[in-house]
Amino acid sequence: MENLLQQIVNGLVVGSVYALVALGYTMVYGILGLINFAHGDVLMVGALVALQVATLLHKFWPGLHPLLILAISLGVAIPVCMLLGYVMERTAYRRLRNAPRLAPLITAIGVSFLLQTVAMIIWGRNYHSFPPLFPTIPLEPFPGVFITPVQVTILVASATLMVALIMLVNRTPLGRAMRATAENHRVASLMGVDTNKIISTTFILGSGLAAVAGVMHASNYGVAHYSMGFLPGLKAFTAAVLGGIGNLGGAMVGGIVLGLVETIGAGYIEQLSFGLLNSSYQDIFAFVILGIVLIFRPTGLLGERVSDRA
Amino acid sequence: MSITLLEAQSISKRFGGIQALAEVSLTIRKGEIYGLIGPNGAGKTSFFNVLTGAYTPDGGEFVFAGSELPTGKPHEVVARGIARTFQNIRLFREMTALENVMAGHHLRSDSTLWGILLQNRHMREEERLITERAYEMLRYVGIERFANTLSRNLSYGDQRRLEIARALATEPQLLALDEPAAGMNATETAQLRTLIETIRHDGVTVLLIEHDVKLVMGLCDRVAVLDFGKKIAEDVPAVVQRDAAVIEAYLGGGHHAH
Repeated sequence: MENLLQQIVNGLVVGSVYALVALGYTMVYGILGLINFAHGDVLMVGALVALQVATLLHKFWPGLHPLLILAISLGVAIPVCMLLGYVMERTAYRRLRNAPRLAPLITAIGVSFLLQTVAMIIWGRNYHSFPPLFPTIPLEPFPGVFITPVQVTILVASATLMVALIMLVNRTPLGRAMRATAENHRVASLMGVDTNKIISTTFILGSGLAAVAGVMHASNYGVAHYSMGFLPGLKAFTAAVLGGIGNLGGAMVGGIVLGLVETIGAGYIEQLSFGLLNSSYQDIFAFVILGIVLIFRPTGLLGERVSDRA
Repeated sequence: MSITLLEAQSISKRFGGIQALAEVSLTIRKGEIYGLIGPNGAGKTSFFNVLTGAYTPDGGEFVFAGSELPTGKPHEVVARGIARTFQNIRLFREMTALENVMAGHHLRSDSTLWGILLQNRHMREEERLITERAYEMLRYVGIERFANTLSRNLSYGDQRRLEIARALATEPQLLALDEPAAGMNATETAQLRTLIETIRHDGVTVLLIEHDVKLVMGLCDRVAVLDFGKKIAEDVPAVVQRDAAVIEAYLGGGHHAH
């Protein structure tokens, strides 16, 4: 029982990171019909920039409070990723907006390689240990169930960000314009919406969330390196499809479900497979679940929202 | 009544081998209801698309309220004061009627990311005002009771009204209606006619594309007729109705007959 509870806690933590990244995928897909495969690498850039800033602060300001270091690192990483998202859309995707769908998709994969390579040139091929910015003593809310302060922060921060995003999309003029653009670019622009600006803003928002997710991911596992964005990116994309791509609620549900399935699965995979497989095969669960859901609900758990490109 | 609001100067547009618009010039005066008619494929909707910036014309320009209109940038054309509706309804289907109209108010609201992150009392006040105005607009076209209904669940006639409300929310000087009576029954058409007259009375100039000749002739101050992308007549309805070229275009053996 403690084991199950422990896996649920871990699953929620992993899942909320997936959810934050999935939101970026789903927002861009909802508005452009584009799967931005470079999105996972934005997470990587966020983590490595934060790592760089934290390392520099450590060096030149040894006594600085860890939480202040965290705040400053995030304060640099978020704008850097936002800028990256903007530049990515402006230079790589905007010209391809009316091209056949494969062109932007392949371009996105190209952007992903580019980001990884540039990161490898700057930060090298080695794993960097991410500085522990939180107290490392785990809390024990139930006997036998442990949760680290990093994990608590991840849960609280991602919940806050998701609520904020939902409010932004549903309650503000910007959100209204985003929904209008997602439904139909041309009509939105004929109602006075500058759709290019809205699309830029969407990339900026998604990249900001990815930066936060990157720092969370790196803090949770304690390492960062140039290709760390690939797997969480792929999982988050899976989460977005699982929940119904283009649908914000779906990305959140998909992320959490995927995180839970994966960690709970990893916890029991040995018993389930009679000792044949161990927990390093946990990724099997993510993709088996995706397959099953797509067979029975092709548009995902909460239904797909695709822009009407009339 | 005779101040020029919109002047189209030799507008041309080709699609491949088809000359959709061939040097179409026309003048719309402030405060009038101007009809644009013609057989199917005559170029009426192309004219709308070029006017509202959805397409860039191959030749010619529009002068609106004294200065040239930008081409190919719909949101800037809307900002200058031209709003439109669509022949086949294009509402934001996943939004409520109220939200559709509020989307039309987009130009008048602060929608930058910073504005929202630094949300203050001024912004909330603005949002409240926009909501109030959107309700007013729904009342104006007579569908206030459906404010919180998803637009895709509205009846056909009400969807048409909502499109007009959304277009009016952009506060246009010129409202361009693309076949607003299409698919309406006689009662709905009569109500629509009253609505268009009210809109004109409240100071908005109306450009109307319509198939319903009776509606056009009864409602419009002046009418232009397009045929194969060319303007073949422009005058008051009574004169246009008796114009030989127009009768030819509608009833005769088509383009080549005399």
